[in-house]
Amino acid sequence: MTNVILRRPLLSAIIALVVLLTLLSSVRIVPETSQALIVRFGKPDRILNRYQPGAPIGSEGAGLAFRVPFADEIVWIDKRVRDVDMERQMVLSTDQLRLEVDAFARYRVVDPLRMYIRARSEENVSTALRPILGSELRNELGRRPFADLLSPERQGAMENIRRGLDRVARQYGVQIIDVRIKRADLPDGSPLQSAYERMKTAREQEARSIRAEGARTAQVIRAEADALAAQTYAASFGKDPAFYDFYRAMQAYQRTFVGDDGKARPTNVILSPQNQFLREFTQGGGR
Amino acid sequence: MSIIPGWARGRGLFADSKGPWGPSSGGTPPGGGGSDGADTPRPGPSSPWGSPGVKRPTGAASNVTSLDDFIARSRARFGGGGSGVGQRPPSKALIVWGLVAAIALWLLLTSFHRIAPEERGVVTQFGRYSRTLGPGISFTLPSPLERVQKVDVENIRNIDLGSATSETLMLTGDQNIIDIAYSVRWNVRDPELYLFELQNPEETIQQVAESSMRAALSGVTLDQAIGEGRGDIETRVQDSMQRILDFYKAGVVIQGVAIKQADPPAAVNDAFKAVSAAQQAAQSDINQARAYALQLRQLSQGEATAFEKVYEQYRLAPEVTRRRMYYETMERVLQNVDKTIVEVPGVTPYLPLQQTRPPAAALQEPGAGAAQQQGAGR
Repeated sequence: MTNVILRRPLLSAIIALVVLLTLLSSVRIVPETSQALIVRFGKPDRILNRYQPGAPIGSEGAGLAFRVPFADEIVWIDKRVRDVDMERQMVLSTDQLRLEVDAFARYRVVDPLRMYIRARSEENVSTALRPILGSELRNELGRRPFADLLSPERQGAMENIRRGLDRVARQYGVQIIDVRIKRADLPDGSPLQSAYERMKTAREQEARSIRAEGARTAQVIRAEADALAAQTYAASFGKDPAFYDFYRAMQAYQRTFVGDDGKARPTNVILSPQNQFLREFTQGGGR
Repeated sequence: MSIIPGWARGRGLFADSKGPWGPSSGGTPPGGGGSDGADTPRPGPSSPWGSPGVKRPTGAASNVTSLDDFIARSRARFGGGGSGVGQRPPSKALIVWGLVAAIALWLLLTSFHRIAPEERGVVTQFGRYSRTLGPGISFTLPSPLERVQKVDVENIRNIDLGSATSETLMLTGDQNIIDIAYSVRWNVRDPELYLFELQNPEETIQQVAESSMRAALSGVTLDQAIGEGRGDIETRVQDSMQRILDFYKAGVVIQGVAIKQADPPAAVNDAFKAVSAAQQAAQSDINQARAYALQLRQLSQGEATAFEKVYEQYRLAPEVTRRRMYYETMERVLQNVDKTIVEVPGVTPYLPLQQTRPPAAALQEPGAGAAQQQGAGR
């Protein structure tokens, strides 16, 4: 044996290399994230690391796999949850309002063989599902008034869409896990502008009513205070109206002619000698 | 410095198009070659720059550069360089030891793992998940057999959605539009789920965040979203995200959702400011009214109390008190005013009314004054 190798070093090296390559090509590592579909001479043979619902990570499947060199071909199919991001869709509600909707769906390949036969690759599945997701979305949401479109999760619309999409996806060996609306916007242009206008006018109305309410409250407070003061005055002055009349007249004279600050106003007073204040001049003066 | 003129010369030859390397003027190539041949073997200057510098004067004198010359020189130089490395065949033992060392290093590097405190090491054996390594130093089988993927599980990562500079518009439940910016903080809980279950974990988290925020906003009014409802929305988004991601088996924990900004869109912002201005104005109206009310209450109570005090005294001695008040008031009033006393009734006094500047303030009618005083005197 050694003699042969020594005699024919180049040939033996080549043979060794070929053997090594064959050995290497017969062993493949199946990663945890992939399913491996093994196709023998074009005929699907077996599936490694196939997705099993509920199976824990690290169970049978992933790991070393053996293939027959030159005969077996391995098709790798993602085992993980993947997403289809839909293009924006214009949805017309039953009350003729428009909404632009962005949605996404999550899916997982549960039947790699069927997926391989029907679509060849995950990308093709995404491409196939994208328009269907769009039309499912339009159909389902188009049956609802605008107000319901804002929270379609609550009315079960998303579950209907998921079910509808899943029905199609199963043909590709794919399971739709979830469909969700990412964004829902009013379309640019007049719908958005009119929404802005509505918001603006609503706020202006609010501003006015707040001002008016404030003014009303202020007026009520003032009137209540006036009433309270009147009550206080009446309770007090009503004890002797005649004396109040006199008392208040005295105060009025004082304020009218002298003022609160004690400085006289420029006033001319023409008095008759019959004036009560001057009566001592006429009556008692000579007494 | 020594080379550049040589180049220039070469270019000049090119420009003259008299053959690329051929000698143009009748120089003597063998002479140049001879001088080069004499120069190159010299052991003195080992640097390649040295020899042209040395031969420079002769080159300039002969004014020759020939291809043969160059080749000869290069050959000589190459040969010299080659001989320096040595052509001894390396020993077989050395190769074997080198291989062993390389393999040992490889084994060491790929089977010895240092996991930082915030990390976990997910070990896959031939691609199949085998175990998760905790922090510290761990050993695994060498590389092709086992691989370790380190996942940072403690570090709280941040996803920012919407920004202060651009508008991220969403619809609220009352069909208004809100401009919102928020961030989601999350970290990895189960590194193996995180690695193996989702194709794009980060993108998924972002999409779920957008979806949950939209769903949460569609359940509240604009005023709630802008105002006191924020905390509620944050918790709702966090709960919803966690629920959805758990359903996807994403293996992450949503630590928190923070709404950084929730404003009306710029297009309607002025109207919103007008509302708060109106609120301020209304409040200040009310404040003024309250101040007035307070003042009036005190004033009325003060006046009432003052009256009652005087009245108490008046009741003790009505007539005297009344007279005293009357005289005191008249005294104060009349001592400061210009007085005119008209004796004879029927004489119409022509008064210098122009001096009495405010005519309304003057008491012109004696009858009126008398009436008042009569009333007062009653």
